Amino acid sequence: MLEIVKRHKKPTSSRKHRRKVTMRAIRWKQDSFNRNLKKQVRDLAVVRHLTRYNAMKRKASQSNEFVRGLMTGKSIGLGYVPVSFTFGLVAVQMGFDPWVAVFISLTNLASAGQFAGIRMISGGAAAIELAMTTIVVNIRYFLMSLSLTQKIDTKMPIWKRCIMAFGVTDEIFALAAMEKKDVSFPFFGGLMTCPIVGWTLGTFLGAFAAGLMPPMVQACMGIALYCMFIAIIIPPSRTNKDITYAILIASALSCLFKYVPFINKISQNGGGWSLIVSAIGAAAICATFFKTKEQTETETGKEVLQ
Amino acid sequence: MITFTSAGIMLAVMALTTYCIRVTPMALFHRKLENQWFKDFMFYIPFCVLAAMTFPDVLYSTKSLTSGIVATAVALIMSWRRRDLLVVAIGAVLAAVLTEYFLMLF
Repeated sequence: MLEIVKRHKKPTSSRKHRRKVTMRAIRWKQDSFNRNLKKQVRDLAVVRHLTRYNAMKRKASQSNEFVRGLMTGKSIGLGYVPVSFTFGLVAVQMGFDPWVAVFISLTNLASAGQFAGIRMISGGAAAIELAMTTIVVNIRYFLMSLSLTQKIDTKMPIWKRCIMAFGVTDEIFALAAMEKKDVSFPFFGGLMTCPIVGWTLGTFLGAFAAGLMPPMVQACMGIALYCMFIAIIIPPSRTNKDITYAILIASALSCLFKYVPFINKISQNGGGWSLIVSAIGAAAICATFFKTKEQTETETGKEVLQ
Repeated sequence: MITFTSAGIMLAVMALTTYCIRVTPMALFHRKLENQWFKDFMFYIPFCVLAAMTFPDVLYSTKSLTSGIVATAVALIMSWRRRDLLVVAIGAVLAAVLTEYFLMLF
């Protein structure tokens, strides 16, 4: 009985007890505040870690892209050596200072344009004539550059574009154009590094080693450039019939400008215009009569990168 | 002897002209085209340019037409078998040189 009474007794609201309750409440509040604070700090740490991780990942993927570009471009770079070697030989034979030949290679990075250019300079042509010839022979780079703008990020800043533009050559462009996805700046930077080094180095070697090689070998070096073109366009044409037709049509048009009388008058001055007409004509015919799908493009990319 | 002092202006003209051709579309053209015909056209451009540059000039790029034809055939066969760019180039140059020496025997 006494216990029941005790149990039902209201809790004593003594001063001491009230104080105890208040203190407990305060302590709980402080604890929860600390807990929240700790949680917030932890969240912040996680966020910071993630940000750093993402930045690292981005940097890593950028350097991966650069390395991938280097790897893709290294065979072009090596392939350029014999061609620019020939350029060095020819330039020195025409009476150019070896270092001038190297300078031309480094600043132009254009095979046919350079050959035409040194022919004009050693022939004593006027500057305007030289400029016109350079434009005609190199006008295909305009097309390639235009085509490449479709494969780069539209928001890419102009200074990156200006650096990328320097590396637009036949082979570099061809490999960049066959990429499955958009071409990134680090990838293109890696892609153009080896060819620039190879092209300049080859000119250097050719200019300073002129006369050491047997003349027969010297005469046959010029074909190396064309063989690289062949090695780029033939493998994709195995799996895509449309590309085969494109190659055949372009070659046929080019032969037309070379062999048919009257029409072959256009192909003087290094053949710049006949090349443009053949290439644009063949591409227009193919685009009108054959239908490409996205899939064929990816297949081609795989094919080339193998 | 053509040196930097005697042909400096010509060298600058050549380098600037080449660079301007490349940089103009790249710097001024910032949007992507949706036209399917134009996309197809741009897809075929690399193949057509390279093919038109190669044929028929490749046949005349060595000392004689015969070695040019032999080297081109070698390059075509090797690239059909998916050999590397450099391997194809070296193989074709070797084929051309060997053909020239072979022709000299007669």
